[in-house]
Amino acid sequence: MKKIILALAMASAFSVQAAEFTQVQPDKSAINFVYKQMGVAVDGKFKKFASQLNFDPAKPTAAKATFDVELASVDTGAAEGDQEVAGKTWFNTKAFPTAKFVSTSVKALGGNKYEVAGQLSIKGKTQDVVVPATFAAQGNTGVFDGSFTIRRADFSIGEGSWAKFDIVANDVLIKFRITATSK
Amino acid sequence: MSYTKTAKALHWLMAILLFGLLALGFYMHDLPLSPDKLKLYSWHKWAGVTAFLLVGFRLLWRLAHRPPALPDSMPKLMQFAAHAGHLMLYLLMIAIPLTGWLMSSAKGFQTVYFGVLPIPDLLNKNKEVGDLLALVHKSLNLLFIAVLAAHISAALKHHFIDKDDILTRMLPKH
Repeated sequence: MKKIILALAMASAFSVQAAEFTQVQPDKSAINFVYKQMGVAVDGKFKKFASQLNFDPAKPTAAKATFDVELASVDTGAAEGDQEVAGKTWFNTKAFPTAKFVSTSVKALGGNKYEVAGQLSIKGKTQDVVVPATFAAQGNTGVFDGSFTIRRADFSIGEGSWAKFDIVANDVLIKFRITATSK
Repeated sequence: MSYTKTAKALHWLMAILLFGLLALGFYMHDLPLSPDKLKLYSWHKWAGVTAFLLVGFRLLWRLAHRPPALPDSMPKLMQFAAHAGHLMLYLLMIAIPLTGWLMSSAKGFQTVYFGVLPIPDLLNKNKEVGDLLALVHKSLNLLFIAVLAAHISAALKHHFIDKDDILTRMLPKH
């Protein structure tokens, strides 16, 4: 009897360890950002994005993540801002409809902390980014939380009269919460 | 009897500031989005916070330093109208920046005084509330313009028709 229980316990432990989180839940996930306008922090978000995810906490280095963010789904906090940033000087969504993040490597930092290195492409420009993230799982649902800062000028976001940083700051904080389930 | 130097300074300082705020508010509102528009909005908010602080100080000063009485030559009804008009001006000088502050919060654009001192948000972001407060802010300003027009007309009437010292006693050298 003891052996059976032990075997069951090991099997269940193994199955938890082997859980691979692949199914991103869009309604429980969010990609938000914070930009500064003359010292005022303003919240924005992207309402639509597609993603592919393979994350097994037991094999973090094998993890992969790809995100395609629909830039026209931006909410800058004001309707006239949404229109403006779709235009040529900002995202130019007609020519560059999506922003893409592709992970290149994942490091486990201990505890529930991870560091995801990847390439971020916006408006035809690609930059290496390092994204710190935490992961917490409950049953077959896992939640990734993290934030990182990009410089909008690196991607030519906000050109022409917007290019100076005195009105809209260069640094933009990207915050995300991604909820995924395992099969 | 005359006003204190401080009361006069506050009156004229706020006259300049409030005319500037009114003109800026109506001008910036219809501009297409540009860096200049965002700059003007920030300046308008900073000036509005300044006006709010000044009116607070002005009220305290007024409580401590009673303004000179209206001349006995004025009919009682006119005296009542003058007091009611000034009360309206003070109420609007408080309510207008207050609604601007609340509107900023409701629209999700916090007021940060001179870009460094964040003024707490009293409301959460809410588009409907923001739009409603924008309408209230505008309506109160239209009312303010009407009361200001009456205020200035009355001062000129006192000076040119009644030939009393109501206007001149607010001047610096009186």
